[in-house]
Amino acid sequence: MNLRADLQIIEKWISPGSHVLDLGCGNGELLHYLQSQKKVRGYGLEIDPDNINTCINKGVNVIEKNLDHGLDNFADRSFDTVVMTQALQAVHYPDRILEDMLRIGREAILTFPNFGHWRCRLYLGMKGRMPVSEFMPYTWYNTPNIHFCTFKDFENLCHERSVKILDRLVVDQTHQSSRLSAMWPNLLGEVAIYRVTR
Amino acid sequence: MSQFPADSVGLVTPQRQTFSEPLQLACGRSLANYELVYETYGQLNASRSNAVLICHALSGHHHAAGYHSPDDRKPGWWDVCIGPGKAIDTNRFFVVSLNNLGGCHGSTGPSSINPDTGKAWGAHFPMIVVEDWVNSQARLADHLGIRQWAAVVGGSLGGMQALQWAIAHPDRLRHCVAIATASKLSAQNIAFNEVARQAILSDPDFRDGDYAAHGLVPKHGLGLARMVGHITYLSDDAMGQKFGRELRSDELKYDIKGVEFQVESYLRYQGQEFSQRFDANTYLLMTKALDYYDPARAHGGDLARTLEPVQARCLVMSFSTDWRFPPSRSRELANALIAARKDVSYLEIEADQGHDAFLLPIPRYIQALSSYMNRIEVDA
Repeated sequence: MNLRADLQIIEKWISPGSHVLDLGCGNGELLHYLQSQKKVRGYGLEIDPDNINTCINKGVNVIEKNLDHGLDNFADRSFDTVVMTQALQAVHYPDRILEDMLRIGREAILTFPNFGHWRCRLYLGMKGRMPVSEFMPYTWYNTPNIHFCTFKDFENLCHERSVKILDRLVVDQTHQSSRLSAMWPNLLGEVAIYRVTR
Repeated sequence: MSQFPADSVGLVTPQRQTFSEPLQLACGRSLANYELVYETYGQLNASRSNAVLICHALSGHHHAAGYHSPDDRKPGWWDVCIGPGKAIDTNRFFVVSLNNLGGCHGSTGPSSINPDTGKAWGAHFPMIVVEDWVNSQARLADHLGIRQWAAVVGGSLGGMQALQWAIAHPDRLRHCVAIATASKLSAQNIAFNEVARQAILSDPDFRDGDYAAHGLVPKHGLGLARMVGHITYLSDDAMGQKFGRELRSDELKYDIKGVEFQVESYLRYQGQEFSQRFDANTYLLMTKALDYYDPARAHGGDLARTLEPVQARCLVMSFSTDWRFPPSRSRELANALIAARKDVSYLEIEADQGHDAFLLPIPRYIQALSSYMNRIEVDA
């Protein structure tokens, strides 16, 4: 089974047989892998009708839900792990989502793009315009990514809210980790994968 | 059968089964014997594992797909979803659709003859509730040699039956598909049903339910009941688009009794048409069954706990403009299934048509139902 590169990393942090909630589960790839390979049970939340249908086709439990409407319908500590990949920057209230993830699950796993990456800094510094790249192809007015942050910003938030960072992996666009990006993550890392708890 | 569309089950003949073992009812009474009328589409496979039960809604019946005669203007009520290659694919599934007990389309009900008196049951027919329907459907399954349904599927009141199957007979179905439904009615739902019932009960021709003995039909009350119901099946938008403020003639007549707006004419037609084909006592019984259904009542209102026995995987679907069974009610059900850690998918379909949407060919809805049903494994 060929799993998306960031999901291959996340998958290792999820124990077999655990109960998982995947926020913005897309086409259900992660849950499908986890339920067939690790006997994991859980649900994906998704808003895109095509993605939802793909989940149904795969036999993945999918719940149509707009993450911006809150997660009040999930009880405290009702999941082992709550996952959210590449969606933190697209939600209205990233801090509330983080709080909710740690209320609902014992652990949370998040991935998001690093706006502090040197290319972003260079683009903004030299051109004086919001960075547009192959990886972030939108313009400021039509981007779904409304809450960009850097790794430092995210870690500050975690610190403020007493969120404990259990693991951090900083990777490039192809999800390879290098020694340099481990040394200067906020400058050289493009995607962050965090495992946090409270 | 070339006169029917290629994706139709074609000509179908209702079947009838008599059950002579008494059926204990929730109301405390029992039915010594009864008949159920049903139709089947497709072939039951050798392992009897491909059977799908269709549960009908308030005014539904056993004729869900195909045609009774080449002259039929319209096919069965859910022909949109049942047939070869359709969402509930009769090339794969053996589909069973029955008229519920208490109905007026052939199964034992208020208009049947009470063997003890030799007269129509009328108002003396016992109250039948969702739990009783499911138990009687289980007897039909036994008769057909179906130990476990591949799926039980229903919309509206039919969705309540699908849910009840999953709760009461957890090992007898692998999938539960509950569409535009709820685990219990709201006060507003009950209120609308009560208006409908009062319309019937206050018709002078109702005669305490024994209208048949007097050769009467409470047409006026039944028609009114249907008019009220019909308003709740359509969305504000759907009614607006269909009729707006359109008048039947160019000018206002300033006539209190006259039918001036198209929507008035439409509702009157719906009411009249319905009162000629439906039985008033059945309508009363069906609306009461709707009102009474509340499986969580026995568990202090805790729906998640009520759903603990469920083994079936569930698909719950709602429609954005349905205000009879709004999405919030389906979400309640989906959330309780999640809290009980059951397998469930929940979809909220954008549709302008209100509650009626579950009967209509809305592309995303049909696609989702097809995808879900296609994944259900059945032996060849």
